[in-house]
This record gives sequence, structure tokens and C-alpha cells, in this order.
Amino acid sequence: MNAPLLSPFARLNRLVRRWGAHPEGRKHPAADTEVALLPLPPRLVLPLAQHVGAPARPIVSPGQRVQRGELLAVAQGTISAPIHAPTSGVVLGIGDAPTAHPAGLVAPAIILEADGADEPLPLEEAEPFALAPAEIARRVAAAGIVGMGGATFPAAVKLSLGQRRPIDTVILNGGECEPYLSCDDRLMRERADAVVDGARIIRHAMGAAIALIGVESNKPEAIAALRSAAKPFADVRVVPLPSRYPMGSAEQLIGWLTGREVPADGRSADVGVLVHNVGTAAAIQRAVRYGEPLTRRIVTVSGGALRTPRNLEVRIGTPASALIEFCGGIKAPVARYVMGGPMMGVALRSLDVPVVKGTSGILALLPSEVGGAEPGPCIRCASCVGACPIELMPLDMASFIRAGDLDAALRIGLKDCIGCGTCSYVCPSQIPLVQFFNHAKGELAARERERTKQETVRELVEARARRMEREAREKAEAAARRKAERERAKAAAAAAAKAAAVPVEAAPATATSAATAGAEEATA
Amino acid sequence: MLIAVSSLSALGVVFGLILGLAARRFHVEPSGVAAELEAMMPGSNCGQCGFPGCSAAAAALAMGEAAPDCCPPGGRGLAATLADKLGVALDLDGLAEQVPKVAGVKEEICIGCTKCFKACPTDAVVGAMKQIHVVMREACTGCAKCEPLCPTGAIELAPLPVTPQSWVWPKPVFG
Repeated sequence: MNAPLLSPFARLNRLVRRWGAHPEGRKHPAADTEVALLPLPPRLVLPLAQHVGAPARPIVSPGQRVQRGELLAVAQGTISAPIHAPTSGVVLGIGDAPTAHPAGLVAPAIILEADGADEPLPLEEAEPFALAPAEIARRVAAAGIVGMGGATFPAAVKLSLGQRRPIDTVILNGGECEPYLSCDDRLMRERADAVVDGARIIRHAMGAAIALIGVESNKPEAIAALRSAAKPFADVRVVPLPSRYPMGSAEQLIGWLTGREVPADGRSADVGVLVHNVGTAAAIQRAVRYGEPLTRRIVTVSGGALRTPRNLEVRIGTPASALIEFCGGIKAPVARYVMGGPMMGVALRSLDVPVVKGTSGILALLPSEVGGAEPGPCIRCASCVGACPIELMPLDMASFIRAGDLDAALRIGLKDCIGCGTCSYVCPSQIPLVQFFNHAKGELAARERERTKQETVRELVEARARRMEREAREKAEAAARRKAERERAKAAAAAAAKAAAVPVEAAPATATSAATAGAEEATA
Repeated sequence: MLIAVSSLSALGVVFGLILGLAARRFHVEPSGVAAELEAMMPGSNCGQCGFPGCSAAAAALAMGEAAPDCCPPGGRGLAATLADKLGVALDLDGLAEQVPKVAGVKEEICIGCTKCFKACPTDAVVGAMKQIHVVMREACTGCAKCEPLCPTGAIELAPLPVTPQSWVWPKPVFG
């Protein structure tokens, strides 16, 4: 236990503040079976935007043969991540493909046809603790690792951001507080050594004193496995957490483990902490130690309508339908397919949607497992206020947004909302509170985009006006110059004619020159 | 006759002086609102609002003859700023349904005549003589000045396609 770090105030805070909700776990039976390897699908779809930030830029062309682990698309801009081939095969094309989007929008993706040989590229191994922090960040960036808990923030950006500020504590997030999901649980049980090694690599890269692995107490086997793996190392500690949603949110985890509060407009690095998901840590370990890019991950396939819920290790780009089929298909009518957890996941419009780097689960939910009651009026019971982990006032924010007053919602903390959905979950009137906040955040971002565009347009208009003015001025100057030349020529011709008129004998030559000058003027 | 002329002239001079002094004494500064509003507008003088240009639209806004959401290129962002400046309430929900438009070039029939890009107030059309032109979406305000100029009908306005980057959660409707 990490007792000395916590002040008495923080301990009291833990007892007094009862944020969050206790949704039914429903993690079994999926959590009880070992991770199985999903057979290679014939075709993989690799969206270019699998991370927060700018989409990757493809560097392969249709028809090109690639090997497993070969770079397909490079990072573009500071916040971005590259994409690698999950298997060997031929690039079929680059085009729009279905994605896990609430409105079912398509997005550009690389389509790869597997050849079945699964030939790997040779990997470049290294000893992590002999590497400089910047080199570790470089290897993580080259491997295309993003936050695998679902936030998909590029891991290398987080590492180099942390290197600019003193970090004293690295936290690995093994909360996995969403119901149904058990992919992190299985990873911690089966690959505890890799997770602990990953934690130590990140701790080394950040120059932090300690790495804490926080695991919810509903995963006793994972805690035991991690504790035995961490036994030889003094710099890694495994800390059990109470099972409460959203304990797996970075802010909550930091608050619980260190007693520090991340400021409203700040990041966790501002309080000297860096948080990575346990899955990300395992991927960082593979990338730094073995040079392996991120091309596969563990996905929980579950839900009341699924025949055999379990965890699968899947190549990135595998369609959701392949996972459901491998788990015996569905046994009852499905009300909704969800990618991710039931609290923050996205409803799927089609099962052609591929598994991406941030996919933690594919759920087939029964009608009894999804809400659907018509929302009622707000009874001002303040359940949402008590449940909000950020201590916001969801009921007031939602009523402001409903009335169209986004600025008022912003004033009372809309920007700090983490979108966890606890408020919607506890609302006895079934008001879709978090949907209001998602709408308002999107609307404010759209307004900001329009404002930036307007600025650009204004600059363009001004630049054009300046150019037009300059062109007109240059034209006028050129005309004036030509006119001056003409006058000079005229004057010269007149002078020559005068000179020719006086000495009669010199006439032939000067007369010719005067005549040519006249001709020139006529043509000008 | 002399008396009549001189007395009327004297009256004229006196009243002229009074009027001149009154104009000085009771001078009112012209309202700067129109100028301030104009500074907020896109300045492309596209005419989509129905006024001859951005300055005329700003004057109409200042007089209360135009609604803050009259400027399509400005979109919701500008409408909110203008409404804020003018102190009027504005319901942006109706405007949300108005999808912004951008120009696009049909490459098969563009003959590269350069007419459209000479007319573009924001230099959003790029091209050269006898080369296929292209519209930079980020710079196009959808003012439609180019559309009637094209001899082959190759340039056309279409609603801006919705991408995962520009999509926004719809507002929940119930009760």
C-alpha cells in the first residue's frame, strides 16, 4: 500500500466523497477463459485515424506487397501515430470504410488482403534500461502506440510531454471499471511480467521514483499475479482500488492514489503524474524491448446475446463480425452492438467495422441490457450531482444546453466534463445528460472551427485586395514608363529633324533615323 | 430694393451663423457600431445576405434591419458574435439545419478558362490557363460568385460533406 504519500486530508476525502456509480460488473464468464488467438481474417481494414490528432498519411500504393510490421502510414503533425501492417499481404486500396462512429460515417482506411504466410519483418531488439529517455519515446512513437484504454492519445506524445516536466509517479491504470470488459484483467493475469516490465520501462523513461499499478479489487487474480511479478522490484507497487465507476478515469485514479487534483485546464503531468493503461504499458514493453509495432490487441467479446463470451487476441483491422462468429455467434435477438464498454462505447451500425487500436470490447447486448425508457422530467433529486466524479452540476448544465445557452453551461464547468456517463446512469428520470454534454462540446468545437475559418477568409480577402492594388499600381507605373519613353523618342526625333534641316549635306543618314524613330512611335 | 436685399442678406447671414454654431455645439458623433460590425464580417462582399456588400450589411445590422444570422459564410460563430454585440437573443437551432455550401470543380468538363478564379474573393480556386482548376475547401466561403461565370457548368456549389472530424452529436429531443 502506498500510505506515506497520502495526507490525512486525502484519506478523509476518500471516505467522504462518494462520487461514481456501481453498475453490475457482468465480467463473467468472459473473464474466466484464457485469451484465444483469433485466426487471421482474409481482409483487414486499417482506418488512418485510429488515434486522437491528425490522421496518418499513407505511404503505400494499391497492389504493393507488404510484410508483417511494415510501415503503411506515417504520423502527420505533432499529435499523430503511424500504422503498420498487422500481417503480410497485398494492399488492395485506400478508400472510405465503415468506422465505429455514432452516426455510421465512413473514414479513409487502408485495405489489406492477407496472403496467409504472415511473414514478419526483422525486428530491432534493445535493452530498455540502457536507452536514453528520448530514445525510448522515439521507439514508442515508431511503433504507433496509442492509449489502449480507449482514449487513443499517442503514447509517445505523452512520454515526451512528461519529459518536459518533473514526473515523480507513474501510474498504470488497471481499473477497467466499465462493465463487461475483462481484456485488461486477462492481460494482467496472463502477462503480468510484461505489464510490470512495461511499468519499469516507463518509470525509467520518466525518471520517476515509483510506478504504481492500480487495479480494482474485483480482479483479485490479477492483483495476485502482478504482485508476484513485481516482487523482485522495489520501484513497482500494486495497489488495489475499490470497484467503482469511473475509477479508471485518469483524474479519479490520480486523486485516489496520490491525493492530488488535476487542475481544470491542466494535464496529469502538471501534478507530477503520468498515467498509462496497462495494455499500453504491455505494448510499450514489446515496442521498446523487441521493436514490435502495435498491430494486435486483446478484445473482450461479450454481451447477453453472445453464445460464448471470452477474450480474443485480434489483429488490428479485423472486422467485428469475425470476432462474434469465432465466439459462436449470437443466441438471442440483439438490441444493440457496441464497440468499447457499455458506458462510454459506441453503438455499431454495421459489423463490418474493424477493430482499431483503442477497441477494448465488442458487445452484443439484449434488449434487457440497454436502456430505452422515454426520459421524464427532471425532479431535481441531485443524484447526478452526487455521482459526478468531477463535482459538476449535470442537471444545471443540461438545462442550460437544452435552452441553447452553451456559454452558461461553459461557465459552470462543461469543459471539465469527462463524458463518463455516470450522471445518465444514475438519473431516475432517464434523462440523457451525457448526450447533452457531448452535443454541447461538439457544437462549441464546431463554432471554434467556423471562427478560425472566418479569420482565414478575412486574411485571404485582405491579401487579395493588397495584390489587386499592387497589380494596378504596377500596371500604372509601366504605362507611365512607356509614355515617358515615347515622349523621349519623340523629342529625340524632333531634335534630329531640326538638326537635319540645317546642314543639307548630312540629310540621308539622319532622315532615316528620324523616319525609324517615327515608325517606332507608330508601332508603340 | 437695396433695403430689401440688404435686410434679407443680413437675415441669411444671421441664421446661417446660428445654424453653423448649432451644428458645432450640438454635434453628435456618428455611431461606430456599423464600423465595429463590419470589422467582424468576413469582408468578402459576397452578397449572400442580400445587401451590396459587408459594409452595407453591417449598416443594416446596426439599424436593426437585418438579423444577426444573415451571413452564411460567417456561420453560427459569426451569428453568435453579432448577436452578442447587438445584445439581441438568437436561436441558433434553426441555423444548425442550414448546411454550409462549398464550390467544387467537375474535373471532366473544366476547360481551364481561369474565369472562376479571377472572380473568387478569397482566392479559393487554384488553376492556370488550360489546366484543371481546383477549389480549396478550407478557403471557400460558398459565395457562389464563380458559379454563373463558368462556361461549361463545371463549377458547382454542394453542401459541405460531413466527416467524422466535423460531425457533432445531435441535441437530445424529448418531452
